[in-house]
Amino acid sequence: MTPASFPARGLADRLTTLFWRHPRILLVLLLTPPLLWLGVVYLGSLAALLLQSFYALDSFSGLIVPEFTLKTYAQLFTQSNLSIILRTLLMASAVTAASTIIAFPIAYYAARYAKGRLKAAFYLGVMLPLWSSYLVKVYAFKLILAKEGIVTWVATSTHTDWLLTAALSLPYVGGNSLATSYLGTFTVFCYVWLPYMILPMQAALERVPTTMLEAAADLGATARQTFWTVTMPLALPGIIAGSIFTFSLTLGDYIIPQIIGNSASYIGMAVYQLQGTAGNIPLAAAFAVVPILIMLVYLTLARKAGAFDAL
Amino acid sequence: MQTMKLMGTGLLALALATTPLLAQVTAVGDGEGELNIVAWPGYMERGESDPAYDWITKFETETGCKVNAKTAGTSDEMVTLMNQGGFDLVTASGDASLRLIAGKKVQEINTGLIPSWAKLDDRLKDGAWFTVDGKHYGVPYQWGPNVLMYNTDVFKEAPKSWSVVFEDGNLPDGKTNAGRVQAYAGPIYLADAALYLMAHKPDLGITNPYELTPPQYAAALDLLRGQRKLVSRYWSDAAVQTDDFKNEGIVASTSWPYQVNLLQGEKFPVASTVPEEGATGWSDTSMIATDAPHPNCAYKWLEHTLNSNLQSDLSSWFGSVPVVPAACSDKSGVQTAEGCKANGSETFDKIHFWTTPIADCKAGAGACVPYAQWVTDYMAVVGGN
Repeated sequence: MTPASFPARGLADRLTTLFWRHPRILLVLLLTPPLLWLGVVYLGSLAALLLQSFYALDSFSGLIVPEFTLKTYAQLFTQSNLSIILRTLLMASAVTAASTIIAFPIAYYAARYAKGRLKAAFYLGVMLPLWSSYLVKVYAFKLILAKEGIVTWVATSTHTDWLLTAALSLPYVGGNSLATSYLGTFTVFCYVWLPYMILPMQAALERVPTTMLEAAADLGATARQTFWTVTMPLALPGIIAGSIFTFSLTLGDYIIPQIIGNSASYIGMAVYQLQGTAGNIPLAAAFAVVPILIMLVYLTLARKAGAFDAL
Repeated sequence: MQTMKLMGTGLLALALATTPLLAQVTAVGDGEGELNIVAWPGYMERGESDPAYDWITKFETETGCKVNAKTAGTSDEMVTLMNQGGFDLVTASGDASLRLIAGKKVQEINTGLIPSWAKLDDRLKDGAWFTVDGKHYGVPYQWGPNVLMYNTDVFKEAPKSWSVVFEDGNLPDGKTNAGRVQAYAGPIYLADAALYLMAHKPDLGITNPYELTPPQYAAALDLLRGQRKLVSRYWSDAAVQTDDFKNEGIVASTSWPYQVNLLQGEKFPVASTVPEEGATGWSDTSMIATDAPHPNCAYKWLEHTLNSNLQSDLSSWFGSVPVVPAACSDKSGVQTAEGCKANGSETFDKIHFWTTPIADCKAGAGACVPYAQWVTDYMAVVGGN
């Protein structure tokens, strides 16, 4: 009787055995790289940022004094810095609100009515702007909105320039031309971030079961009642998810307000100028903490509203 | 224990800071085959934009140093790039050069290793923006004034004063200047306001627009707050400014000869002038990084930058003035005496060159407002505060 012969076990075989016998080793091996990334690169840089914000710039030498102080945070509350924060917040809220209003009908149509080719065309139409460079789009808008640009030309040739003049003579948001006013900055922000609102919204609307709509109809609900009591609550998490994108992206952007608008600073621009031009990294870091805090509040509210229930 | 650690880091930092000084170049050897330069757009031409303008290829064949140019759009970008390291040279403006020297990012130049140093414009040799304690930290590359660019359809005659961009009023065509003038987005523009006040409010006693005591500084800020109402956008990008002159109805602004030449090249009706108050100006300096990986090639490049042919072509291309005066007239390149004049060569005495403002100035230690303060306050002014 010959003993059973087994083929020699290779490295892979032995590793499989090891992992099968000690599943924890596999777990550690799999989780270490992403945890290192999250811990060192991501949280580490955040911690460095937080640390910097507790230092202060010596106003005489222009050097950073590495001693714990809250002076830098106090500087955030000077009038000019507060107005930067407020301006950014207002812009982010306005852009989010407008994106929601514009995106909803588009997402609703794409989710409920578009079929086949039309649906593909809708997806393509929403995604297409994301394929070209962000900078190209912004510079293109500078030309479109310029005083002697396409918008003015169209308005003049359709005799609707009184409308444009009226919009630009509005206090605060108006200006010399669309490209140098808050209206222009707002328009470009809406354009650039709109896809980030439409896509999650559409996904949420598609998940609303048609059976429920039919049930509502069977029970005698009007179209309006169905919309507000069935569709809207079920789609709300998607809307909030989209608003997180538009809100946080506007909060941090520093390119658009540099090219379009009246040169007034936003949080992102302030961070960019302070760390680069002034070498005032503590104040830049303190400014960078502001959107983090705002987003924490926003996300807490969003969680309460059930935006993450579907995750 | 904490103190020990701090002392340790302190010593380490000291060691790191002093080592490059010991490694100062005393002789130029053979090239290392490569050279990395951070430069303003338009400063490094190898005939790709226009075959007539090429000052890199010749250098490469002569020395075997392959030039890699990286363009930077702002002084701050340059400082950031130099802080990251890996570059040999930077063409720094006066609002960056002192910061680079203070940050120990650039090394002292041994002028004895640059034979053409003697040909340099004498007025530039000891410029305060690259000379500290009598030590030279670079070689001048080009200079130019920040001119007042104006639309010739509106201004039949050149404006005599910067008041057209600073004070509320009507332009020669009878319409207001509000929304039709621009200002520079960089905080260094505060010096332009100070220069204007130097001529119009002599009782403030401003002698140097880069050394402002708190009351002088406050007056300059007030002037700029008034200007904010006239300016619809501040420019920082040359391309954006030329676009604004064409499409936004801007008719007067501080500018560089570069934009003027660009617009005139497109037959757009603009011209430039240096008004009676004088002007601020820039003077760019080629500086060698402390940890330059290719110091020999860098020194060879510095010598190359001072040759008359390069200076002549470059000044014509960039709209600047050569630092070697002979380049204007010796026909070594395309530049002519008239061209030099158009770029502002005769305005030297009216120009206050960009220098980083520091707290310790002639008025005393800590008597002046430092640059960091300029940045925050100018940001506030632009933001309407």
